[in-house]
Amino acid sequence: MSGQRPAAPVATAGPVERRRGWTGWFDPRGRRLGGWAFALNRLTGLGLVAYLYLHLGVLFLLSQGPDGWDAFVDVALSPPILVMDVVLIFGMLLHGLNGIRVGLVGYGMVATRQGALFVGLMIIGAIVLLAATLRVFA
Amino acid sequence: MAEPQTTPTRPVRFRVHRRKAGDSGGRYDSFEVQLDEQRTVLDGLVAIRKEQDPSLTFRHSCFHASCGTCGMRVNGADVLACVTKVADLGPTVTVEPLANIPLVSDLVVDMGAFYGPFSRAGRPLLRESELVPGSQRAEGIDVLTRYEDCIECGICVSACPLTGSDPRYAGPAALCAAGRVIEEPRDADRLAALRFADGSHGVWRCHVAYECTGACPSNADPGAHIMRLRRAATAGRFRRWFGVGRAAR
Repeated sequence: MSGQRPAAPVATAGPVERRRGWTGWFDPRGRRLGGWAFALNRLTGLGLVAYLYLHLGVLFLLSQGPDGWDAFVDVALSPPILVMDVVLIFGMLLHGLNGIRVGLVGYGMVATRQGALFVGLMIIGAIVLLAATLRVFA
Repeated sequence: MAEPQTTPTRPVRFRVHRRKAGDSGGRYDSFEVQLDEQRTVLDGLVAIRKEQDPSLTFRHSCFHASCGTCGMRVNGADVLACVTKVADLGPTVTVEPLANIPLVSDLVVDMGAFYGPFSRAGRPLLRESELVPGSQRAEGIDVLTRYEDCIECGICVSACPLTGSDPRYAGPAALCAAGRVIEEPRDADRLAALRFADGSHGVWRCHVAYECTGACPSNADPGAHIMRLRRAATAGRFRRWFGVGRAAR
C-alpha cells in the first residue's frame, strides 16, 4: 500500500545495565554500620590527602623567612583554624582506627565480629578525640 | 449471630519502578492499595498486577523467603519483598529492581548475569544437588545446582558498593560460594575455587563494607567467607614463598 508509513525502529529488547556507580557509596538508604565505615573511610581519606598538600604548602612558608612563618602561626592559633584541627584529628582517628578494622578483618581475623570491632575502635577514637580537643583549646 | 471480624486496612501508596524493553529510561508509577498490617510488599505488588496494571512485571514464587526470587529494593534497602511488611515502611513504599544486575523489565533483573561469575570460573563453585529419584527436570534445565544457605537471590550483589562501581568484580555471591568450596570441598576442585577468588577483581577488590552480610536474608554471611578466602589465599602464598606445607592448599 502506497500510503503505508515506514516501520518504527526496532526497540532494543536486551537487559540494560543498571549499576549504582561510585555515587552509590554515599547513598544513605538502607546503609548499615560497615557501609557507613566504608563511606566515611573514603571521605576522610580524601580529606587527609587534601590536608597533606595543605601541609606541604604551609611548610613552604618556612622558605619565606621568619616573618612569613610568624604570620602563619598567628592565623593557625585563631579559633576557626583550631576547630579545623579538631576536624583533622577526627578524620585521622576515624581513618586510622577503621584501617585497623579493615586490616584485621581483611585477613580473616574476627571476620564475623567486624561490627563490634568497629564500635569498640570508635569508642577509643571518641575518647582520644575528646582528650585532643581539650588539649587543642587549652 | 456475630459478624465475622475483619482486619482493618489502610491505603498504602506504592511508587513502582517501570521500564519496558526498548524504553529510553525508567520512570515511577504510583498505585494506591488497601492493605492490612500483616500484608507484605509482595502482596501489594500482586494486588497491583491483579487489580490495576496487569503489565507490571516482577519475579516471585514461594512467598516465604525460601526461593529467593523476589529480591528487590524497597525504600532503598535490598530485601525480599515476600517478608517485608508494609506496616514497617511508612505511607509510601518505593519499589525498585535490584541494583548492579542488568534490568530486563520493571522489577525483573537478568539473573543470567548474576550467575555470570560462576560461568567464567568454569562453574567450579556449585555442586550438583541430588535429584529426588524419579523426579523430572523442567524443560531446558540440564542440571540442578545449589550451595548451602545461599538462596541465590542477588540481594548481596545489589547491596555491595564495590559491585556497583566495578563491573569486573566477581561479587559477594560467587565468592561466598567459593568460600564454601574451600571450607568443605567434598569432591569439588578446591584449588580452582581459590584461583578464581584470589585476584584483583576477586576477594582483594572487597573493601570490607559488609553490606552483603547485612542484607543477606539467609545468613550466608558472604563477607566472612570473603575474608576467610583472603586468609586462605595469603596462607597459600606464604607456603609457596617459603616452601612450607602443601602448596596453596
